[in-house]
Amino acid sequence: MRPDTPKTPNAPQPNQPKQHKQDPRFKTAHKEAWIGVALAIFNFIWWFGFAYGLGGRPVEEYTYILGLPDWFFWSCVVGFILMSIITVVLAKFVLTDMPLDDDRAYHPNPPNFHDQKGPNS
Amino acid sequence: MNIGVLIPLIIFLIAIFAIGFIASKQMGSGGSFLQDYFLGGRELGGFVLAMTMVATYGSASSFLGGPGTAYTVGFGWALLAMTQVVTGYFVLLILGKKFAILSRRYDAVTMIDFLKARYNSPAVAILAAIAIIVFLFSAMTAQWVGGGRLIESLTGLSYTSALFIFAISVLVYVTIGGFRAVALTDAVQGAIMVVGTLILLIGVIIAGGGIPAIMQDLLNENPNLVTPFGADRSLTPAYVSSFWILVGVGVVGLPQMVVRTMSYKSSKAMHRALAIGTIVTGFIMLNMHLIGIFARPVLPGIEVGDKVIPLVALEVLPPWLAGIVLAAPMAAIMSTVDSLLLLVSSAIVKDVYLNFIKPDAPEQKVKMLSFGITGVLGIIVFLLALQPPDLLIFLNLFAFGGLEAAFIWPIVLGLYWKHGNKYGALLSMFTGIGSYIAIHFYNQEYGNLLGVHTVTLPVVLSLLAYLIGSLAVKREPFKF
Repeated sequence: MRPDTPKTPNAPQPNQPKQHKQDPRFKTAHKEAWIGVALAIFNFIWWFGFAYGLGGRPVEEYTYILGLPDWFFWSCVVGFILMSIITVVLAKFVLTDMPLDDDRAYHPNPPNFHDQKGPNS
Repeated sequence: MNIGVLIPLIIFLIAIFAIGFIASKQMGSGGSFLQDYFLGGRELGGFVLAMTMVATYGSASSFLGGPGTAYTVGFGWALLAMTQVVTGYFVLLILGKKFAILSRRYDAVTMIDFLKARYNSPAVAILAAIAIIVFLFSAMTAQWVGGGRLIESLTGLSYTSALFIFAISVLVYVTIGGFRAVALTDAVQGAIMVVGTLILLIGVIIAGGGIPAIMQDLLNENPNLVTPFGADRSLTPAYVSSFWILVGVGVVGLPQMVVRTMSYKSSKAMHRALAIGTIVTGFIMLNMHLIGIFARPVLPGIEVGDKVIPLVALEVLPPWLAGIVLAAPMAAIMSTVDSLLLLVSSAIVKDVYLNFIKPDAPEQKVKMLSFGITGVLGIIVFLLALQPPDLLIFLNLFAFGGLEAAFIWPIVLGLYWKHGNKYGALLSMFTGIGSYIAIHFYNQEYGNLLGVHTVTLPVVLSLLAYLIGSLAVKREPFKF
């Protein structure tokens, strides 16, 4: 078999235990995906709330911050800066480092094709 | 055309060419050729990963069409454009480490490799390959036309010669350098976009006499320009919000983005990339659309939206600086085109040829074929772009939203929902593309259904299709 042919994950493997155990790294991965969903929802509410909450007033009532209309400043400028800060904090403190290659410590049933992979895979 | 403008553009083209060439020299440093050519050997660090995602995603429309519309519509369009900030972190967080781990475990080189392994179904792979080849091929041709037209308008060359220059400069480095050359040139092109937008924004603000003065001019002309509702108050909150799907979260289903989320070296690279990507995307989108809005009082009366940025750059900047700034849309188009070219080539070589025609082809043959297909594809695109057939223009309309509706659920739910299976994936892809095309025609005829962008309903329908297909036919939980 070519080294880069995708392996069929459900193919029976010689030393596969009866009870399938989930890769422990996936628990962290699932949590981080939910963080992504929560962040997008928060981002949307911030963006929508300021844009149409403040921007829905008559134009004469707008105030201007750094020359920009207040609704745009809060929704898009502050919103963007806030999201930037949050992602930096996430990257530095929240998200977990983990090896991405399969390793006996992480993969409960060591894949038998492991030694076939090239050094770059 | 001023020679001062041309010199920075020529230097830019030569530099890109050189970087691509150097990257190609690094190839073959061991490991599998396919991993190396189509995925850069999964070695991308955080900065290059962020930049290649931003640059691949940011296309002609971010630099020419979008700011041109902001010029006409006002702040409402900048609000709409800022929905794209979410792509910077969302794609990487959602597909995230699980996708990186699984694509390594399956030795997946393309998005279709992942789908094939996850659903264990040749039908899913074939349908996905056809969708990618057809839609992205036409999207690529449309971008080439844009690149040719931009060079034409900047240099005064004929369209054919302009297209030829564009094609040669992209084709050579993609063909010989593969993914690594694409990613590295993307990083440089992304940096040019950042610098270019900042210079132009400053130039426009100075030319307009400061932001408060510009704002007063806009208010005097039409107060609606500074509202979120657009110059003629036609931008409804529902319509603008639906772009959260089209250019925001839906981007997670685009094959050119998905393939990048399996190309990084380590989880550290991914963490860095999602912060850098968010900052760079937001910075570029905010600046470009503010430039479009601010250009209105500075240079009133421009009829063609795509011309706003080139004209305003030439107006407010000294020629050599305008040349640097106008390298940015060039860079945006090139960095999108190179990624699509390689992706279509990988779909043909890896997903069709190696999967279905000759799985045991020797390495040397795969190598020749990869170079060959990439080169030939480029030449075909060049010939088609000389006089784009109507069919391609038609297909290009569906390339973005159609692919999102087709792939978002098979990828995302395939990754996280163990009950997802091939019946759900097939039904979801058919429903996504089919309903996208149907609703496109409905909207063209009768106005936007429910007042939202075409992409919205197909994404909902393809979700339902995925759930129904997966649960109705056969329930067998997948073991990750």
